[in-house]
Amino acid sequence: MTARAPAKWGLRTLAFGYLGLLLLAPVGLIFWKTFEHGLGPPIDAMTSPDALHAIWLTLLMVAVAVPLNTVFGVGCALLLVRYKWKGNAVIDGIINLPFAISPIVIGLSLFLLYGNAGWFGPTLSEWGIKVLFSTPGMILASIFVSLPFVVREVVPVLQEIGTEQEQAASTLGANAWQTFWRITLPAIRWGVAYGVVLTTARVLGEFGAVTIVSGLISGQTETLPLFVAKSFEQFNEQAAYAGAIVLALLALTTLLLMSVGGRKAKASGPIPIAGDTTISMSNAKEGS
Amino acid sequence: MGIAVEGARKRFGDFQALDDVSIDVPDGSLTALLGPSGSGKSTLLRAIAGLENLDAGQVVINGQDATKTPAQKREVGFVFQHYAAFKHMTVFGNVAFGLKIRKWDKPQIGDRVHELLRLVQLDGLAERYPDQLSGGQRQRMALARALAVQPQVLLLDEPFGALDAKVRKDLRTWLRRLHDEMHVTTIFVTHDQEEAMDVAGQLVVMNEGRVEQSGSADDLYDHPANEFVMSFVGEVNRLGEHFVRPHDMEVVLDADERTEEAMVQRIVALGFEIRVEFVLGDGTEVWAQLTRAELQKLELREGQIVHLRPGQLKSFSGDVPSSGDHGASTPRDGQDDDDAEVTAAA
Repeated sequence: MTARAPAKWGLRTLAFGYLGLLLLAPVGLIFWKTFEHGLGPPIDAMTSPDALHAIWLTLLMVAVAVPLNTVFGVGCALLLVRYKWKGNAVIDGIINLPFAISPIVIGLSLFLLYGNAGWFGPTLSEWGIKVLFSTPGMILASIFVSLPFVVREVVPVLQEIGTEQEQAASTLGANAWQTFWRITLPAIRWGVAYGVVLTTARVLGEFGAVTIVSGLISGQTETLPLFVAKSFEQFNEQAAYAGAIVLALLALTTLLLMSVGGRKAKASGPIPIAGDTTISMSNAKEGS
Repeated sequence: MGIAVEGARKRFGDFQALDDVSIDVPDGSLTALLGPSGSGKSTLLRAIAGLENLDAGQVVINGQDATKTPAQKREVGFVFQHYAAFKHMTVFGNVAFGLKIRKWDKPQIGDRVHELLRLVQLDGLAERYPDQLSGGQRQRMALARALAVQPQVLLLDEPFGALDAKVRKDLRTWLRRLHDEMHVTTIFVTHDQEEAMDVAGQLVVMNEGRVEQSGSADDLYDHPANEFVMSFVGEVNRLGEHFVRPHDMEVVLDADERTEEAMVQRIVALGFEIRVEFVLGDGTEVWAQLTRAELQKLELREGQIVHLRPGQLKSFSGDVPSSGDHGASTPRDGQDDDDAEVTAAA
């Protein structure tokens, strides 16, 4: 069942053409536009106070939302897979909500909850806590939209590895905590890593939900995507392109970190050697 | 001392896995839990290890009630059918796991692990990963891992079930020798009666969540308590209310008052053993196990009318298990292909 050469090359051309036209060309154009007049203008655009604040705020949101969603995601996946319960179907459905609901709607719902006329808004503002139009609200929105990724990546991996290794660890004296750190987590590390990358990418790029709750205050509640959008609307194309490039570079860095981390993990993981798995069993007969 | 289970019960939904099971395993013995799939033997083993909680009953390990003790504190070595190798660790890391949990010093761990790897003949493979080992090697690694922490008891759940016939035979010989050296109380689960008889000193035959009989291999073979045990620990023919082993079927050419007329249906040569299948006047199918010499002397051929004189007839009036499908009047069906193969090679 080997594909014939024309079909193979046809498919390859199609794949590259499709990707090139839809992804590479536009992104490449942005690069070209940004550095059209050398490195100076984009650097100037990104070192303005508003731009620097936008970068800092974006990184802050990643730093808070990603660890929280990772811990929650792994815990939730363990709950769904390892502790069978009827309520799990409900939890499973709720976790998928952020995938199903438009980010704008998520932003609006936060607005309803934390606004001055919302459920929590008045109480919280009495305590002096400002959620809307400030960082907490934007972090909440980011957590909301990026919540399912780690769970969805880890659940199938947990199902696949099964429970025997964990049971073996417990018969060897490991408690639940030791079993998790030494057996379960190393076994699901790829699922977790992939989930973290997806979560990070989503938090970096989130626009819809964050727009609603941010109030778009330059230098205060403006993340990089909002900064790019604002600059574009104000015909400050140089800043828009430069901001887009920074976003792309941040996402690339995440991917790079994962593959470097992955390679390290691989160096301490199994490297199958072909044809080397049949050391004769006959020596078992010789007894000991 | 040893292991004792009293009145163990376990239900999974509608399925009664263990129904009032009591067993007594002497200290330092090598005992087989033998039974068909679904007989509850694995559940019983897992309950002894603490991997399964009993609905009722008691588990006593070396005189201590362990019923409520979690698996991690029972100090049992457990070997799984599919090895349960820690895939992200080397062979060394796997064997060292229990010692690291117990916070042994590094040099001590190194000494102990290499001692065990020598014992299971994997010493040169310490830096390999489980993926790079054969099935038999992985199972020996799992055994070394279980033995590293000097468990009070060693429990093996169908340890050779996933291996091919040859490796399996080698490993069980090797397990028996290992037990002779270590004297750790060992229970292993199998559905293969030949394996159980080959390896274990004591057998516990289970069926439908109950213990049918326990004793030595000779006991069970010569004095089976019921029809199930008789048909499970060896081949059997059914003649009305009576049972007889195929090697106790004497084939004669002349009739007398103790013989029954039969027609030779098929003659199958299985190496040294010859298996001759007959059909009786009432349609019952039986078979006899003959040697090559006996066959040549009788000069049997298919379609011939001969006379059978069954010896060692057994009957179990009123003591027959409810499930009727084990009253084999034809050679017993193997549990699976491996089983059939082993039986045929016997």
